[in-house]
Amino acid sequence: MNVIVEFKDVTKSYGDIPAVEEVSFELQKGEILGFLGPNGAGKTTAMKLITGYMPAEKGTVFVNGSDIREDPLLARKSIGYLPENNPLYTDMTVEEYLNFIAQMRGVKNIRKAKDSAMEKCGIKSVGHRIIGHLSKGYRQRVGLAQAILHDPEILILDEPVNGLDPKQITEIRNLIKELGTEKTVILCSHILSEVEAVADRVLIIDRGRIVADDTIENLKEREKGNSIFVLEFLEEEKNVAEVLKGLEKISKIDQISNTTFKITAAGEKETGHQLFKTASKNKWKVSQIYLESNSLENMFLTLTETEKEEGDR
Amino acid sequence: MRQSWVVMKKELSGYLNSAVAYIFFTLFLVVLSFLFFRVYFLVGVVSMNEFFNMIPWIFLLFIPSVTMKSWAEERKSGTMEVLFTMPVRDRDLVLGKFLAGFFFVSIAIALTFIIPFLVSITGNLDMGPVVTSYLGVFLLAAAYIAIGNLVSSFTANQVTAFLVTVVVMFVLMIIGTEPVYSIFPSAIADIVRNFSLSYHFQSIQRGVVDSRDIVYYFSIIFLFLFYNVRSIESRNW
Repeated sequence: MNVIVEFKDVTKSYGDIPAVEEVSFELQKGEILGFLGPNGAGKTTAMKLITGYMPAEKGTVFVNGSDIREDPLLARKSIGYLPENNPLYTDMTVEEYLNFIAQMRGVKNIRKAKDSAMEKCGIKSVGHRIIGHLSKGYRQRVGLAQAILHDPEILILDEPVNGLDPKQITEIRNLIKELGTEKTVILCSHILSEVEAVADRVLIIDRGRIVADDTIENLKEREKGNSIFVLEFLEEEKNVAEVLKGLEKISKIDQISNTTFKITAAGEKETGHQLFKTASKNKWKVSQIYLESNSLENMFLTLTETEKEEGDR
Repeated sequence: MRQSWVVMKKELSGYLNSAVAYIFFTLFLVVLSFLFFRVYFLVGVVSMNEFFNMIPWIFLLFIPSVTMKSWAEERKSGTMEVLFTMPVRDRDLVLGKFLAGFFFVSIAIALTFIIPFLVSITGNLDMGPVVTSYLGVFLLAAAYIAIGNLVSSFTANQVTAFLVTVVVMFVLMIIGTEPVYSIFPSAIADIVRNFSLSYHFQSIQRGVVDSRDIVYYFSIIFLFLFYNVRSIESRNW
């Protein structure tokens, strides 16, 4: 595999406020990277640095091995970008807009590129409509079509499903997954489930710094990531707490009612398996075991919160 | 260059696809004709002088309404980000927007050709000064548009862009009028007057095309377009 995007000690601040601080990471060709962080963590700034919208203060951003400061136009050619809030020329029709983008980008066969992008994004039926009159879901598709029009190697999507309804979210998500099979994708979001649904690797950023960078699988099994299981019994069982305490990785057991327990444990798969095993060994009449909160979600919260506490000190 | 053309086409069709464009053309022609002919028939001299004297002041309100939107709208809606992340040079974008504004205003100016035609019916009109004056009008419009586009690049608010442009244009106009430049010591007064848009416009209006006036307008246009490139480059806030 080869590195397609690289950040090397990149810093960028707005006035005195640092937005991105000494951020370094690499992105392999073909990867789908989830860029996760609370609002204002510096995600969008990082994206603006890759796309060359703004220059980095310190450090270097490489796209396809070349410093983007040296040849910004070359880097931009290989990037498709859907900015945050999906800005569009609302008084143009979809076709006019895509024509304009294609001409600006110097796409060779405009007709073909436009057809294929519109097909992929499912906007063929609205080609002649004015963008301002389209629903938010359709506008988002137009934004995506704009980003993939020139068939870029790298696709950067900043909060692509923000403000959409659940049905539209699923549709856009599937579209991103599909695009991810042939492109390198960076997906920015402050919502974990969105990143989890499509990304191979997650990069968590908080206050301008990277606090975690790993595959989703690995992150879930990390010590810091606590998952919360709920265990419910048909009738009251004895010694549940005592038995569970003996298990590995379980850090906390709360009894919520006579028949319901909440178990906090590090990791996800192992603990789930252990719970099932223990329950059957003790012949407990379990009515259900479920994961109340995902380990990744908790870790995301813990990581971003501890950072804040440190910052407050 | 190819991309300036693409931007120009997009901007121009943006102007022309809106009903406001036609209101603009009509209003421009009607206001000018009314103000001119109202006096013309009273004075009874076959001359277009009054018409060309009015033009800079009429532009003062009309041209900022064309340029106010150029960058401010892009900044406000965020489309600037789409524009600036495409493989395109900033100067091509600036040039494209400038040309679009210039072509649009040129259409409005061309519509007023009917006025000298009507005047020539009423009497013997000397066409020489009219032709050079029109050259001056086009140059003045181009300079105004370069100024207006620069101002528009500083703000996301179209009303602010409009008002500030009016102020800048107004100042550049009045420093060429006697009551204003004469308050400066005589050594400076001439320099001040030379910087004004109106002084050079009057000079062309006399019917003599002096290379200094042409150079002045081209420098103004170049200067403001150059600063426009610089102003959109520094978008790191």
